[in-house]
Amino acid sequence: MIEVEDLTVRFGKGKAAVTAVDGVSFTVRTGEAFGLVGESGCGKTTILRALAGLNEDWSGLVRIDGKQLMPKRERAFYKLVQIVFQDPYGSLHPRFTVNGTLMEPIKIHDLDRPDERIDRVLRQVGLGPAFRFRYPHQLSGGQRQRVAIARALILEPKLMLLDEPTSALDVSVQAEILNLLTDIRDSTGLTFLLVSHDLSVVSHMCDRLAVMNQGRIYEELTVEDLVQRRYRETYTRQLFEASLGYDKRLSTAQVKALDEAGA
Amino acid sequence: MTAAIETERSGLVGYLTAEVSRSPTQASLQRLYFGCRRFAQNPLAMVGFFVLVALILIAVFAPWIAPFPMNEQNLQTRLLWPSADHLFGTDELGRDIFSRVVYGSRITLQITCLVAVIAAPIGLLVGTVSGYFGGWTDTIMMRLTDVFLSFPPLILALGFVAALGPGIRNAVIAIALTVWPPIARLARAETLTVRSSDYIAAIRAQGAPAWRVVVKHVMPMCLSSVIIRITLNMAGIILTAAALGFLGLGAQPPMPEWGAMLSTGRQYLLGSWFLAAAPGLAIVVVSLGFNLFGDGLRDVLDPRDE
Amino acid sequence: MITPLLEVEGLSVTFKTPHRLVRAVRDISFAVGKEKVGIVGESGSGKSVTGRAILKLTPGNGTVSARRMQFEEIDLANASETEMLNVRGKRIGMILQDPKFSLDPVMRAGDQIAEALPPGLTKAEARERVLEVLEAVQIRNPKRVYDLYPHECSGGMGQRVMIAMMLVPEPKLLIADEPTSALDVTVRMQVLAILDDLVERRGLGLMFISHDLNLVATFCDRVLIMYAGRIVEECKASELRQATHPYTQGLLASLPRIGDRRKRLATLVRDPAWAL
Ligand SMILES: Nc1ncnc2c1ncn2[C@@H]1O[C@H](COP(=O)(O)OP(=O)(O)OP(=O)(O)O)[C@@H](O)[C@H]1O
Ligand SMILES: Nc1ncnc2c1ncn2[C@@H]1O[C@H](COP(=O)(O)OP(=O)(O)OP(=O)(O)O)[C@@H](O)[C@H]1O
Ligand SMILES: [Mg+2]
Ligand SMILES: [Mg+2]
Repeated sequence: MIEVEDLTVRFGKGKAAVTAVDGVSFTVRTGEAFGLVGESGCGKTTILRALAGLNEDWSGLVRIDGKQLMPKRERAFYKLVQIVFQDPYGSLHPRFTVNGTLMEPIKIHDLDRPDERIDRVLRQVGLGPAFRFRYPHQLSGGQRQRVAIARALILEPKLMLLDEPTSALDVSVQAEILNLLTDIRDSTGLTFLLVSHDLSVVSHMCDRLAVMNQGRIYEELTVEDLVQRRYRETYTRQLFEASLGYDKRLSTAQVKALDEAGA
Repeated sequence: MTAAIETERSGLVGYLTAEVSRSPTQASLQRLYFGCRRFAQNPLAMVGFFVLVALILIAVFAPWIAPFPMNEQNLQTRLLWPSADHLFGTDELGRDIFSRVVYGSRITLQITCLVAVIAAPIGLLVGTVSGYFGGWTDTIMMRLTDVFLSFPPLILALGFVAALGPGIRNAVIAIALTVWPPIARLARAETLTVRSSDYIAAIRAQGAPAWRVVVKHVMPMCLSSVIIRITLNMAGIILTAAALGFLGLGAQPPMPEWGAMLSTGRQYLLGSWFLAAAPGLAIVVVSLGFNLFGDGLRDVLDPRDE
Repeated sequence: MITPLLEVEGLSVTFKTPHRLVRAVRDISFAVGKEKVGIVGESGSGKSVTGRAILKLTPGNGTVSARRMQFEEIDLANASETEMLNVRGKRIGMILQDPKFSLDPVMRAGDQIAEALPPGLTKAEARERVLEVLEAVQIRNPKRVYDLYPHECSGGMGQRVMIAMMLVPEPKLLIADEPTSALDVTVRMQVLAILDDLVERRGLGLMFISHDLNLVATFCDRVLIMYAGRIVEECKASELRQATHPYTQGLLASLPRIGDRRKRLATLVRDPAWAL
């Protein structure tokens, strides 16, 4: 579904330029759920934005659904790939009702039977028709994220890019959203590219994952490998151990090691 | 998540306060209703509101309110002091000042509305387009704006009127030309923050063409601050119009424009102060009304989440 | 039971908003000794409000009431504003989520820490003391860090500077409100190790506010679980997994875990009775 080769994204020019993504390559098969894990600032969002066509300033080779992508996309592309953002409080237009938000993609792509589509997609994400005419400020964080997912689903894409869809939510709400995503994948066979800093979320949702740090992919492994601790990189081990909780012995050792390295 | 155990009210109020809206119209009406309720809770804003309503009513019903025709001269009764017959006295040509102030409201209303209708869309369009597209578009448009901004508004208006010739229509154009640049700046600043938000990224990711993003998604976010700004600017517009009238470049005699009236009143200030005081007071009251109204609007329209 | 540093009984915090009264914290009681006490709960459950109420830093539209709020010999419940000035920062320190908001951006890290020192020290003495506390938060090269500006510090470094600043007046109790949420997981563990070390060596009490159950369970000694402004359960951190309250159990069950083969996660079914 996705083939990425040597994707590089730079921001700024000259001396101030930052290389946010540095020669990243990976492949996601159709119907698969693929995870990208890494800490804040490592370039996860930047990759998704480049794939989604929100950033035209990248180099490398990207093929989605067999077609090679140019920085500028044609309209049909957007029906194929949809994105869900990290912050449900910022990703819905505050002046649009749920209905207005869902109506926009229908109008842009000239789809028929708008009411039917909206009702169906709202039911699919577990919001009744009662939510249709609410404004975002009348919704909780979890409900907003459901609307954002509905907005992505309404175009019936084949690939869904998920940028930390639950990191702004409470664990109980996170569980609901993750379950919803699982159900959607079961019923539609969508391909997921899920970005998260939380190894346990990725291991719950995905089949394979790539561990990123500072704009590069360190290693790629299956979730089974991860569970069996068959990772090669120290960095992956650190992430793995951190996701298990606090361990005094390990952490104290880490502080020492870090300071000796002169950080 | 609180369970609302409020009993459903019926009728119009029920429709407007219902927990769940059932149609797009209801949703927008509800918004309007709650906005108005918030506005009504602000006494100063309501004072401003009533001043504006009064201004409009007076302008519409001027012929019925004014006891005399606005230009009826009577040299026998010139410079009369305020009395029951002539509420604000009479001017140097014996015209009833009260009637002239009443008719003057029409001119004021006309000028402010026209300026707003011309300047706000221009400012909004230039600002949002410039902010959204950035790059060359932005540089060119903003340098142009800077040129306008680098003159004091009154001087600029004077210059334009001098070039276009005196008269009320040219005054309106001149004032509008001085009003749009700050609005464009404001809209641009707002657009820059809106542009990088996720909801704009989301609509772009759905394949919306740029014009649609600007018109449907960016403009509504800038609209409220533009409306607030232009309302607060109204006082300045009225004063500029009055100043142009005062300098003889705006409305021409015998039009009862407040600034022009003030200007003639100046010559009789010592003996008959009411000549200047009546239009002066009208200018102050209406300017203040617009300012109070604008402040109230800001409280209602500014998107602060509850 | 360890002798408590802080004892709170019947603490309530109510906010007046234009629409209604928000009862953010409702009649909670707890004690903190020389130990790590975790407060967990969902967003909006009243964790931060509790932390701030102890220092009487509640915003103007809020009222705090408590039957008893005793910190060592000071009666916080009835303390005047002047008395509170001697408690805040001096005897009870507070660490907030993001060091970027709490540090002065145009002042060198070391100088900021020096500001917290008691007056009357010479420059050299002050510098000496600052380097000492920087070392106490495991900064190896304190001389270099002394001269850094906040934006030159990484997240973990900034948070350590923040902790160092709190340590200068030698407080007895630290209230840490999500001190590591803004940090990367690997850095997070180091900051925690430092806090851990401080509690152990200096005999501090630590109130650790967090929404991360897993972290609290592994880091703290005792855990208070808050729901809708109440403490619904209190238990030893090591026994959190055996917690009895259905809310706590629900939260634990909804956490995804590595190697856990459930297809769907358990979701929390809220019982209105919990909030009573
Ligand atoms: N528009 C931009 N201009 C300049 N630099 C940017 C821009 N967007 C991102 N960056 C930089 O690129 C790097 C990667 O950012 P990115 O948002 O992709 O990180 P992330 O992995 O998504 O992190 P997080 O987990 O915090 O969301 C960061 O160092 C960031 O500062
Ligand atoms: N100044 C205030 N005015 C009105 N309500 C307030 C105010 N401050 C807090 N609240 C309310 O008090 C409740 C508890 O807030 P608090 O900040 O303690 O939550 P929290 O448990 O720290 O959540 P989070 O995990 O999101 O930080 C919330 O419902 C909040 O809306
Ligand atoms: Mg990101
Ligand atoms: Mg909090």
